[in-house]
Amino acid sequence: MTGAGYAVLVLLALLLLGAGVLLGRRTARPLRTSDIGTPVEHATFETLHTASLAAPPLRAGLTEESARRSARRLRSLLGTDALCLTDRERVLVWDGEGEHHGRHVMDQVQGLLASGRDTAFHSDCDDLDCPLRWAVAVPLTVDNRVLGTLIAYAPRESAVLARAAGEVARWVCVQLELAELDRSRTQLIEAEIRVLRAQISPHFIFNSLAAIASFVRTDPERARELLLEFADFTRYSFRSHGDFTTLADELHSIDQYLALVRARFGERLAVTLQIAPEVLPVALPFLCLQPLVENAVKHGLEGTVPAPRDPGAVPAGETPTRITISAFDAGSEAEVVIEDNGTGMDPERLRHILRGEGGHSTGIGLLNVDERLRQVYGDDYGLVIETGIGAGMKITVRLPKYRAGVHGS
Amino acid sequence: MSRTYAVAAVAAVVLATVLVGGFGLRISRTTSDFYVASRTVRPRLNAAAISGEYLSAASFLGIAGLVLVHGPDMLWYPVGYTAGYLVLLVFVAAPLRRSGAYTLPDFAEGRLESRQVRRLVSVFVVAAGWLYLVPQLQGAGLTLKILTGAPGWLGDVLVASVVVLAVAAGGMRSITFVQVFQYWLKLTALLVPAIFLALAWHDDGRPRVTFDEQLSVFRADHPLYATYGLIVATFLGTMGLPHVVVRFYTSPNGRDARRTTVAVLALIGVFYLLPPVYGALGRLYAPELIHGGDGDAAVLLLPGRLLDGLGGDLLGALIAGGAFAAFLSTASGLTMAVAGVITQDVLPSRGVRHFRLATLLAMCVPLACSLMVSRVPVADSVGMAFAVSASSFCPLLVLGIWWRRLTPPGAIAGLLLGGGSAFLSVAITVSGAVRPPGWPHALLAWPAVWSVPVGFLAMVLVSLATPGRIPSGTNAAMTRFHLPEALTSGRHR
Repeated sequence: MTGAGYAVLVLLALLLLGAGVLLGRRTARPLRTSDIGTPVEHATFETLHTASLAAPPLRAGLTEESARRSARRLRSLLGTDALCLTDRERVLVWDGEGEHHGRHVMDQVQGLLASGRDTAFHSDCDDLDCPLRWAVAVPLTVDNRVLGTLIAYAPRESAVLARAAGEVARWVCVQLELAELDRSRTQLIEAEIRVLRAQISPHFIFNSLAAIASFVRTDPERARELLLEFADFTRYSFRSHGDFTTLADELHSIDQYLALVRARFGERLAVTLQIAPEVLPVALPFLCLQPLVENAVKHGLEGTVPAPRDPGAVPAGETPTRITISAFDAGSEAEVVIEDNGTGMDPERLRHILRGEGGHSTGIGLLNVDERLRQVYGDDYGLVIETGIGAGMKITVRLPKYRAGVHGS
Repeated sequence: MSRTYAVAAVAAVVLATVLVGGFGLRISRTTSDFYVASRTVRPRLNAAAISGEYLSAASFLGIAGLVLVHGPDMLWYPVGYTAGYLVLLVFVAAPLRRSGAYTLPDFAEGRLESRQVRRLVSVFVVAAGWLYLVPQLQGAGLTLKILTGAPGWLGDVLVASVVVLAVAAGGMRSITFVQVFQYWLKLTALLVPAIFLALAWHDDGRPRVTFDEQLSVFRADHPLYATYGLIVATFLGTMGLPHVVVRFYTSPNGRDARRTTVAVLALIGVFYLLPPVYGALGRLYAPELIHGGDGDAAVLLLPGRLLDGLGGDLLGALIAGGAFAAFLSTASGLTMAVAGVITQDVLPSRGVRHFRLATLLAMCVPLACSLMVSRVPVADSVGMAFAVSASSFCPLLVLGIWWRRLTPPGAIAGLLLGGGSAFLSVAITVSGAVRPPGWPHALLAWPAVWSVPVGFLAMVLVSLATPGRIPSGTNAAMTRFHLPEALTSGRHR
């Protein structure tokens, strides 16, 4: 094809695209075209639409940013010349004309901030041409606390505006209350994580110390090494900073954990690791693999008790517990698989545990990890567990290599 | 006979790639070797992997062809391809690694906290990746045609399907080892024949290579402008190449990212000494390529011209294998990167199956283009991908890392004006709408000279005009980018 032909084709494609966009815009907003509804209904739709547009920014709470983004919508809702939002100390945003009033606003609403009652006042403007002569200020209250004010300006006194401003302010308050709710929910989740993440089983500490003690006389050098591993492991687990870590650090801590476990169970536990070096820098929630490994060890060893005097021996006829930990590179994600050949679990029971109905002691580690992964990465990234009674267990964790706000430290 | 050897060599390379990719990790390790298993990728290994991925058909075939046809001016190509890493080293490597971003869209989102910028960057990553993939496929087609007389499309389809199958089946799990293997293979495949060819030339009485004849129709107009265009594009474009950026994620920290880049400079520096040798020898022994022939074929044809019998055949096969390693490694790296971006930002839901679908998508478009679009010399069309990258990602990365006042609207304006105009000019050039010679053609074929400043200016001016939109996390992000990890993490070891 010739060059001119290509040029024509490209032009045609652009024109089609433009036409498509226009058509899409027209059909996507049937409310704007005047085929349905009476004028009153139209006005209602318009108002509801404007209100719905103003709502999302306000859900972030009363900040300069959210005020700026919602003020224009609120002003068009009220139909005033100027609208001002303040918090308790300063003007957050001034939308519309007459911005010079902003300097006096805080003085004028002092009384309102203290009393929490609607106030109307004359603007006392020195500029004779200024159309803003009168204003109504309404408090924004959440839980009986005045967070700020909404002030609407008009050329003259207007009962309608006073009423409308009151209604709009109440609607804003609802949004702010929802924001408050959001915030407390996040706080709750964070607190939960903080509580859950430091849960190293006390049994593990007793058992490790007992196992180390058993080596103190027979093999003091090994006992010393194990104590150092124990110190390192607890330091990592109890560290107070940062919610995230890197896969390399997490695996290192798992290695220390396994060294301690093997001090106790010796030959009965065989561990295989397959780690793709590409995924070691991946950031992930702190201590989110260790509970899974702990779970695998527990299930793997379940039902068999080591002979007290001879911790390392494999009982006759019993296969050693095999645990495989592997981490692969999968494009923009890393995939970690933890597998054991232990007793497995009834899928139905597992489902109960993951729904949080499993009672206090069982599987709290799994549930906790699953919840944290979902919180950080979204519901697509929960644990995938394959298991059956007597069939071992295989847990797959997918970790995105990058997620905004997740930085391994 | 030489045909059999060449086919065997190509088959061996394809097989080895798939095997190393699929089974490189299958060697089980017990806990006693845990430290071996968990050791991060060392800078040198990572550097070899980056070099393996980076040295594409353009480097392997294209440079020699351009030197042959257009003379020593074309040495700016290898210089530019290498020097790009110097810029990367100085301005970008360590902060980019510390940002924790895996792809460029990740970086954009992390720095500017805007989904819109992220989506726009994704579009550009896919576009640049596709632009870069087309010449790889075309190079494969050409190679197979010269070696076996197969129809031109066969090589394109072969490389495309091998890459899609390997990537989609998860066969590239140990991609680092694959790429390291490919680097050394490529170096060997050029170095060993070069030694033998040089010896043969010596025995031939060392005839002098002359470049007196000025034949260049393509760039006879405005050669100086074209050279500057090339320099700007390659110096500034390397940092934004999608398959290069993702490899820096493998470094454990910013310091290692810098060391990796230094090692990359050494490794590709050594490699780029070789293609000009082929170009010069080609001038002597394959002179028919200058007149209307395909310069890209020079490297493949030379062993047969200088050496008779089995030796020539074997060396030819080695080069063919190396060339396929070049297509496969770059194409698989690009496909992985593009497919990753498509899964994350284009397809609605996530999962392994979507990654496979994305792989197919990532390859289909460039395959279709490579079959339809007229052939431009490989090194030139790669240069266009560099130009797009230089005018869109370079301003984003450099300003994003070094300038606090960058805002999302500024970034969008810069990407659209700089990158968009570069992409449009490249598209017009490739479609052949503007015929040489003349200024319009020169301006459109080497857009970087004007599009990079346009991109930077647009980003700076619009950012300055929207001071209210500076992302709230800017200071935190800057701290993370520029402080060594040991300070920010507060870790005591």
